[in-house]
Amino acid sequence: MSVDHEVRRLDRVIIRFAGDSGDGMQLTGDRFTSETASFGNDLSTLPNFPAEIRAPAGTLPGVSSFQLHFADHDILTPGDAPDVLVAMNPAALKANIADVPRGGEIIVNTDEFAKRAMAKVGYATSPLEDGSLDGYRVHPVPLTTLTIEALKEFGLSRKEAERSKNMFALGLLSWMYHRPTEGTEAFLRSKFAKKPQIAEANVAAFRAGWNFGETTEDFAVSYEVAPATRAFPAGTYRNISGNLALSYGLIAAATQAGLPLYLGSYPITPASDILHELSRHKNFGVRTFQAEDEIAGIGAALGAAFGGSLAVTTTSGPGVALKSETIGLAVSLELPLLVVDIQRGGPSTGLPTKTEQADLLQAMYGRNGEAPLPVVAPKTPADCFDAALEAARIALTYRTPVFLLSDGYLANGSEPWRIPETGSLPDLTTAFATGPNHTLADGTEVFWPYKRDPETLARPWAVPGTPGLEHRIGGIEKQDGTGNISYDPANHDLMVRTRQAKIDGITVPDLEVDDPDGADTLVLGWGSTYGPITAAVRRVRREGGHIAQAHLRHLNPFPKNLGEVLARYGKVVVPEMNLGQLATLVRAQYLVDARSHTQVNGMPFKAEQLAAALKEAIDE
Amino acid sequence: MSESLLNLVPKAEAVQTMKDFKSDQEVRWCPGCGDYAVLAAVQGFMPELGLAKENIVFVSGIGCSSRFPYYMNTYGMHSIHGRAPAIATGLATSRRDLSVWVVTGDGDALSIGGNHLIHALRRNVNLKILLFNNRIYGLTKGQYSPTSEVGKITKSTPMGSLDAPFNPVSLAIGAEATFVARTVDSDRKHLTEVLRRAAEHDGTALVEIYQNCNIFNDGAFEALKDKDQAKEAVIRLEHGQPIRFGAKNDKGVVRDPATGDLQVVTVTPDNEDRILVHDAHTPSPTTAFALSRLADPDTLHHTPIGVFRSVERPVYDTLMADQLDHAVEQHGKSDLTALLTGNDTWSVAG
Repeated sequence: MSVDHEVRRLDRVIIRFAGDSGDGMQLTGDRFTSETASFGNDLSTLPNFPAEIRAPAGTLPGVSSFQLHFADHDILTPGDAPDVLVAMNPAALKANIADVPRGGEIIVNTDEFAKRAMAKVGYATSPLEDGSLDGYRVHPVPLTTLTIEALKEFGLSRKEAERSKNMFALGLLSWMYHRPTEGTEAFLRSKFAKKPQIAEANVAAFRAGWNFGETTEDFAVSYEVAPATRAFPAGTYRNISGNLALSYGLIAAATQAGLPLYLGSYPITPASDILHELSRHKNFGVRTFQAEDEIAGIGAALGAAFGGSLAVTTTSGPGVALKSETIGLAVSLELPLLVVDIQRGGPSTGLPTKTEQADLLQAMYGRNGEAPLPVVAPKTPADCFDAALEAARIALTYRTPVFLLSDGYLANGSEPWRIPETGSLPDLTTAFATGPNHTLADGTEVFWPYKRDPETLARPWAVPGTPGLEHRIGGIEKQDGTGNISYDPANHDLMVRTRQAKIDGITVPDLEVDDPDGADTLVLGWGSTYGPITAAVRRVRREGGHIAQAHLRHLNPFPKNLGEVLARYGKVVVPEMNLGQLATLVRAQYLVDARSHTQVNGMPFKAEQLAAALKEAIDE
Repeated sequence: MSESLLNLVPKAEAVQTMKDFKSDQEVRWCPGCGDYAVLAAVQGFMPELGLAKENIVFVSGIGCSSRFPYYMNTYGMHSIHGRAPAIATGLATSRRDLSVWVVTGDGDALSIGGNHLIHALRRNVNLKILLFNNRIYGLTKGQYSPTSEVGKITKSTPMGSLDAPFNPVSLAIGAEATFVARTVDSDRKHLTEVLRRAAEHDGTALVEIYQNCNIFNDGAFEALKDKDQAKEAVIRLEHGQPIRFGAKNDKGVVRDPATGDLQVVTVTPDNEDRILVHDAHTPSPTTAFALSRLADPDTLHHTPIGVFRSVERPVYDTLMADQLDHAVEQHGKSDLTALLTGNDTWSVAG
């Protein structure tokens, strides 16, 4: 029996799937994202999960969620508030209801609303019956029962059958939003290729969910969100997460440099996926070394850099703390090395699965002595690809360790990515030293490992195996030119200033400012706040406010025109997911009265709140 | 066993001499330091290997011994405290055409860098690790080290140290080492022979070198060096030979049938056929470990020197390279466009 459904057109939708950390919400979200990507919408995602692998079932801390924002136009964030909440149990409802605006749709798995489960999260009465959800459009669905019923012919245990309820929910939502289904069915068959019965059961649950939407009267309306054809330049697109884009960026950088890629790493959330990804591409000559600790991870990378690899270490904040001494050695050795920090909430272990931008000052200054190094930050998940190439360019050109500061939000979030033509990627070809570079007074030709390129101040990269260039390098201060140990005070002064001058002199593109109205207020950001800031700026402008926006990719050195840009504005607002680290740098370097707007709750800024803060600054 | 990994390292085109391996840097150890003897032995031994010296790299940590690379006219890196095995691992696993040597001390390798040492050993990375053990911290001017004897009076332990020491050979064997040897700085011939065996070994070779610090721990190994005492104190291990020692060669090592442990006995016609024959190549580390426990940590009496253990096990670098080759066989050569494109794309027309 089919029901006549109304189909409504929407320009954008925000959906949040929420359940127990064992309910498969991340997988459900990923699948819905893939369907949405292949349909051609613009999209942005926000996975949000606890650090525990299986937190206690049915509790608030155990709730795992996945938010997806998709639209027929270009969007910048995973959205502030969900239009639709899928709550697989009382804990998921309780933990997320506050984010759903009145009038929003809520799909609840009524099977899980038993007294005990509700009591566990402090519901004295059932929210489904006590009127507390009156302001919402609630769809009570016995998801578990329906799934078990749909799978009764598969001969699975109740427990096994129940596990497919996330696919039932996915099927239902896929029907509601007219998502293509072939991809998910193919995915399930390939994921469970070794267990064909489980594969077919999941496909059946997925289809049952779809059919449930189609046939039940409770879901009278379905929605269409047209592809975002006009939002995108022509090209071939795929959906990509930050960590995947970053991994591809590293492989592309090595390919463009003509060097083997070497990753020394120790597993840490939220960076481990880069180690996982790179270890799958050994046919690119990629060597991945899972070390005994963070220190050995960067140590091995530095050893490989000495040997002529494009060397990388990947980690998060606590790992950076452990690597600091080796980063200092890399500064002193002046070898190319990428230090990738996927920032998370700190200090100490902090919030392993939540995002933060609080490692900026650690990256800038977290070493003994004067140990300057370049810092590069991607602004969106897909931009991690380009940022990795840019970090590699600086490392290879200037023979220096470079920090690449991503964060948990970029790492796990995803968005459409226009796949670049490989022919359009930058040329990162690097020449090793091949012979003597200095003539002594007596006419002898010698090799000086610390004789610098006059333009870049980079020293030669002479790799072992090159005859005649045998030399020793180390962490002790070196004599300018020869690289021999030197404790001479004047030489140390020269070397400290030279290392600083090399970093200060790195060529980076000028900062671009978006200022259509000649505003008096500038909002300056860096890293993953790009999406929320840009969304907030659009809101402000839509409501008639004047605001200029600029976003920094290069945190060290800053673009040469930054001081001049800052001087043009009466007010400068710096939103950050820390307590004002970029604001501190800007104030110190440019004597600008930058105002910090900060948030450290482990989540990205919400565009609406940020817009309010910007308006306040403008009106002040 | 497959071909020696040494064959991956290019050979020198001309005959080399010790002089070829001396750098132009002035050696700055204290006069009389045991490090001079080790440096001379290594520089003297290198020409025998016949490797292109640009393909030899010495990597060190921090400490007196870790200045070693500056004095070798090869490639070298004087790194940071304890991390040399990790850095050398990255170099060796990415460049199998290099002969990579690690120079470290008892504090560097066993205290701050203990973790890296044991993991290099268990992986069996193709590194030759020379561990200079002087049982004291020299560069920081005389604190006790992780190999110092219990009760040692030093600047940091005026009432005597409380720590039980590590036995580096026992530690290495416990860490799955495939090659473990011990030698003494002053015995150039023995030291050179051990270096030779280590260089020939495929995988991690750990060589503990008893080295005298004449400033802060002078005479630490006197029992092993004094001609008269040494005959009773030193047990020279030679593969395939009965383990016998003593001024009159009248001491031997036997296995106690009751406990399975090793013990030193006076050799008699009755027990002569029970004297243990040293087998460095036996896969089980049990006997090598038992040999490492014979020495008295305080008096150093009954200290075996020589190669305790030398066995074949797959080398990490080789396995890593094999995986790369295998990946190409499985998935074909790298194709960046295909990688970036993936399996799930859509097109937007202009």
